[in-house]
Amino acid sequence: MSQMNIIQAVNSAMHVMFERDDTVVSFGEDAGYYGGVFRCTAGLQEKFGKHRSFDTPLAEGGIIGIAIGMGMNGLRPVAEIQFADYIFPGFDQITNELAKLRYRSGGEYSAPVTIRTPCGGGIKGGHYHSQSPEAYFTHTPGLKVVVCSNPYDAKGLLISSIECNDPVIFFEPKRLYNGPFDGDHTAAMVKWDTHPKGEVPEDYYNIPLGQAEIVRGGKEVTVLCYGTMVHVATAAANNHGIDAEIIDLRTLVPLDIDTIEASVKKTGRCVIVHEAPRTSGFGAELMSQVQERCFWNLEGPIQRVTGWDTPYPHSLEWDYFPSQERIAEAMRATMEE
Amino acid sequence: MGEKEDSKLYVPVPPHRDGGTSFPSPHEIPAGQYSMPSIDCSGSETRDLAYGLLRVLNDEGEAVGDWNPNLDPDTLRTALEHMVRIRAYDDRMMIMQRQGRLSFYMKCLGEEAVSVGAAMAMENRDIVIPSYRQQGLLFVRGRSMVDMICHCITNSKDNVKGRQMPVHYSWKEGNFVSISSPVGTQFPQAVGAAMAFAYRGEDSIACSWLGEGTSAQGDFHYGLNFASVYNAPCVLVVVNNQWAISTHRNLAHGGPSFAARGIPYDVASIRVDGQDILAVYAAHKWATERARAGHGPTLLEMYTYRGDSHSSSDDPTIYRPGDGYENWPLGDPLDRLKSHLVKLGEWDDEKHEALEKKCKDEVISAYKEAETHGTLSEGPYPPVTTLFEDVYEEEPWHLLEQRGQVGI
Repeated sequence: MSQMNIIQAVNSAMHVMFERDDTVVSFGEDAGYYGGVFRCTAGLQEKFGKHRSFDTPLAEGGIIGIAIGMGMNGLRPVAEIQFADYIFPGFDQITNELAKLRYRSGGEYSAPVTIRTPCGGGIKGGHYHSQSPEAYFTHTPGLKVVVCSNPYDAKGLLISSIECNDPVIFFEPKRLYNGPFDGDHTAAMVKWDTHPKGEVPEDYYNIPLGQAEIVRGGKEVTVLCYGTMVHVATAAANNHGIDAEIIDLRTLVPLDIDTIEASVKKTGRCVIVHEAPRTSGFGAELMSQVQERCFWNLEGPIQRVTGWDTPYPHSLEWDYFPSQERIAEAMRATMEE
Repeated sequence: MGEKEDSKLYVPVPPHRDGGTSFPSPHEIPAGQYSMPSIDCSGSETRDLAYGLLRVLNDEGEAVGDWNPNLDPDTLRTALEHMVRIRAYDDRMMIMQRQGRLSFYMKCLGEEAVSVGAAMAMENRDIVIPSYRQQGLLFVRGRSMVDMICHCITNSKDNVKGRQMPVHYSWKEGNFVSISSPVGTQFPQAVGAAMAFAYRGEDSIACSWLGEGTSAQGDFHYGLNFASVYNAPCVLVVVNNQWAISTHRNLAHGGPSFAARGIPYDVASIRVDGQDILAVYAAHKWATERARAGHGPTLLEMYTYRGDSHSSSDDPTIYRPGDGYENWPLGDPLDRLKSHLVKLGEWDDEKHEALEKKCKDEVISAYKEAETHGTLSEGPYPPVTTLFEDVYEEEPWHLLEQRGQVGI
């Protein structure tokens, strides 16, 4: 075991997979020689050669396009999109090509592409370095969508994503790269070495896609969340003395519906938290699923705590970012009456 | 396949990493080399200019050749003053960033002539859609430095209401369109803006800039093709500063020059020494007159060097050691214009030092004034009531409801 932050854990997963499988390649803007602007691919080019880890032109559509071509022709590419906010020039290649290749070819072709991309806010990045665009991709059949929330999961989930024969969009919440963040931006920075999930095996292991994790057991209310919000929601429950069961979804598609259903049926209450805007956010899907499956067990309306329906602001970031207080208020609201 | 020696996949590297230099040699083309074509020429008639390098200032500091714009000494001094002021501004802002008084900053060291020469060759009514290293446009068009700094601090006087990272200026009064971080999107937009001028029968033009790295994006090609198809009155500029963060231009290139990419689209195309403000000015003047007169678009490549880091967030010594700005063979735009003015007997070191001091003092005083409208750490910032403004022209019910949940 080693102490790792998420950057190191992602990097470790990449090194492990490069060693195990010489069809695995990695590329992206500044991702080769420099090792990525967040350094997640550092050392790969030096160790494995520039034909396996290389820089690309600045063209996300081109990056995803070549990933598909490599993937359909025997390689297992891991493409880095420097910020999730910049994934959209590749949107056509992802949604119309990558996601549909297996289906449209009657199962003849497929491309085991993993797209790694840092997402989310909390870093004073404004609207072009803070977005959480997961719902565009969960809405596209054919894609698997993963959001990690800690170093241990990041490595295990990334390895599963690379091994997966379906395309995976792998989101890395960048505010969590260097430490867990509970939403209190005035507090001193906490590092991963004080967190149990900062302990990461150096060797191969995987965490299967499609499995959520109950990160905090509780009886009064179920909180469904992922990414940075796992830490904010946990802190909200702890600091406000609420007996909440916090579920880190980890994989949004396919969703671990059994864990969700069992928890909500137990607590009878549900709060959904995400950073992305509210309207048509992934929370809307979660709410529908819970309502369809657990209606007769619910003791109160399901609550959503999300980013507002505005572009992600820069100076007013902390008025946008779902806070512990908003989450606690929503948890209490489900328990009224 | 996994072994280094087996793979046949070619991946380029910046030349210096293989022991060479990243500095190629179009600068060996002398100043005054090319004659100026008529502004109604076809794109293909600019072929030599697209593959060559337009230079006006020679190594002796003289302005020579057909492209010499013959600017009077006052105008030359104005150009120099703009560039000195930009450099003083950039230096100060980066210091402020290092002190934590700005969240982020991007300098344009080495590229000052690119924006100053362009802005001086245009009219203020011409719409500009820049990328993030053309702050010179704002200086030439007369934007208040205090307002620029207020934006960068994102304080209560930031005209974009704290919504963007620093240096993402917007200034409608100066026909300067809001800067976007996604790269290259502005090229087709500039073509559309130009088409709107044409649609209304006006003779204003649109001008846009992107980096050589960005020329790999589809938007670069969409822009060129649409501009050519609709003969749009625009000037499209590739600022080839050799580096896109750590990505050397040889990863964006795929051809002999960036300007040469305009030729197959039948767009008039010129590669310009971006350190030579007279060449920058002359090329823009020619392209602007061509567009105004209805003869269509021009692609300009500004051949220059990113003198410092990409932004306050990266360290160029990691990925381009030895390729520091001081080694750039085409020199520095301020030094070159200064030498020219000295050669003309219109300038000297004493005046230059006085100018540098004046500009530095201006920046310091503007910064102080800007901070009276709020600091990064203490505020005041744009009020929280602005959070829901400008998403739509009018706030729909769901935003009003969310506003209520925030209690504003």
